[in-house]
Amino acid sequence: MGTITENTVINSQANQDVFSATLLELAQADRDITAVTSDSRGSGKLVKFGQELPAQIVEIGIAEQNLVGVAAGLASAGKKAFAVSPACFLTARALEQIKNDVAYSDNPVRLIGISAGVSYGALGTTHHSLHDFAVLRAINNITIVAPADNFETREAVTLAVKYNKPLYLRLGKKPMPLLTEDTGIGFEFGKGRVIKEGRDVSIIATGETVYPALQAAQKLEQESGIRATVVSMHTIKPLDTELILSLAQKTQAIITVEEHMVNGGLGEACAAMLLQNGYQKPFKIMGIPDEYTVTGSQTEIFNHYGLSADGIALAVNNMLVSL
Amino acid sequence: MTDKELTDKSTTYRKNILKYIVGAKAGHTGGSLSCIDILNVLYNEVLNVSPRNFGSADRDRYIQSKGHCVEALFVTLADKGFFPESDLETLCRFQSHYIGHPTKKVHGVEQNTGALGHGLPLAVGTALAAKMDNKAFRVFTLLGDGELPEGSNWEAALTAAHYKLDNLCAIIDNNKLQITGTNAEVCDTHPIDSKFESFGWAVREVNGHDVKALKAVFAAMPFEAGKPSLVIAHTIKGKGISFMENSVKWHHGVPNQEQYQTAIAELDAV
Repeated sequence: MGTITENTVINSQANQDVFSATLLELAQADRDITAVTSDSRGSGKLVKFGQELPAQIVEIGIAEQNLVGVAAGLASAGKKAFAVSPACFLTARALEQIKNDVAYSDNPVRLIGISAGVSYGALGTTHHSLHDFAVLRAINNITIVAPADNFETREAVTLAVKYNKPLYLRLGKKPMPLLTEDTGIGFEFGKGRVIKEGRDVSIIATGETVYPALQAAQKLEQESGIRATVVSMHTIKPLDTELILSLAQKTQAIITVEEHMVNGGLGEACAAMLLQNGYQKPFKIMGIPDEYTVTGSQTEIFNHYGLSADGIALAVNNMLVSL
Repeated sequence: MTDKELTDKSTTYRKNILKYIVGAKAGHTGGSLSCIDILNVLYNEVLNVSPRNFGSADRDRYIQSKGHCVEALFVTLADKGFFPESDLETLCRFQSHYIGHPTKKVHGVEQNTGALGHGLPLAVGTALAAKMDNKAFRVFTLLGDGELPEGSNWEAALTAAHYKLDNLCAIIDNNKLQITGTNAEVCDTHPIDSKFESFGWAVREVNGHDVKALKAVFAAMPFEAGKPSLVIAHTIKGKGISFMENSVKWHHGVPNQEQYQTAIAELDAV
């Protein structure tokens, strides 16, 4: 539990590949499940879905505004519409459709942002989605979820089918180790998952940064005897305030980690909530800074900005030194 | 309903549009008056939708893309019994559900619209769902001519033709004016017919104030099997009130008491 070994990376898949496999499996038993794509079935790994269930896939072409509008129309008529498109385009170009046609009109579209964050690291800012948490957090009536690993992704997709409300699921394209499956904790939107317990510091991470956060916790324990709690805060909104406030009491410092610009994401959501609840201990937000983003592989970008085992461990050490 | 009865209803609807806009001291007068005959014919002659079947998955759908002309929609829905007409006395008042654009908080409204270029993609998705489920319902959406430059319309026009949505009908309230001036001055979208035809739609033009012609054109839907239908309804902004007709200042102009009385007198004289 909470320990990364060589075995954790065996048979690992990208979360977005787990999404497409899970969706196909569920759609075979539910003809209302409809994948809506914007020439994205290749990157969304939905080619097999299209071959096996051609009547349940709607190809829109490269037109994200229309993708979301049509998906909202499908949802209003009873279809369980999964609008699948790279997160960078889905949540920027089609933002007005998300705001009005999905959230405001309360059409239960499942928006699936693939290749999210800096998954397309070397392709540059056009293809990065470092704004999606921030813009969607400012819209009423949409749940925002970023699963950490294959287990959480499978659970999230299964829940999404039954979840009759607007939902954004943010998925990356890098194979992710199984981090949390054996913990025995259930998966529920809006409830963060403690995947490692420790009394010194809380590391609250989301999506694909949960992996380096867990690596950092192991490193801290082995090298400095610092015991960290690690949380997969897969749901950015609604935020699990109860869990965060309990961590605020139990541990000496809180650090948040996300594959998102530091403005408006998980960290600021936690900060605002903690400040309003009288929190006065050390707090740090780790993410992509507000600057022209470097390019390279996702791992290289993570390393550059300290979103790595070493970087997070260093940040924790620096925080605790000041105590 | 006879043509005479429909025409009389249009007059009543026009009076109500003015009455509630004057009461609210706000509203989109010119455009509501230009599209009201279309709404009248749709709700009284064409759509299989009523307060009783509104919860049914098989009802026809009407989505108003030009959401700002909500007064025309509210007046029509009230007449159809979706809510008491007196509710419209709260139009645009604090915490009223009867706001300046359609919302689903009002019984009978299908989608929350108001931002332009949204009705057609929503209608395409809804019509596509009907095809996927082998349902017989049809989907109608009303666009303003001024919203045609929104790119999402053209994205959706492609999808409608691609999926052969002959259960879909888009209507353009072609009053040729928008807030800044004429369509031609702001962004010339003409010719509209050949643009849509080249996108794979079957197009018909109609006098958007002639209830008999409107009935006939909707009865002919789909205009071609396997193609979405487009009705270009030639209309007059401010139709029915001499001093409002074809005048851009009445886009969202609100009549004062004297103008209101003159307008009602003109409608009474019809």
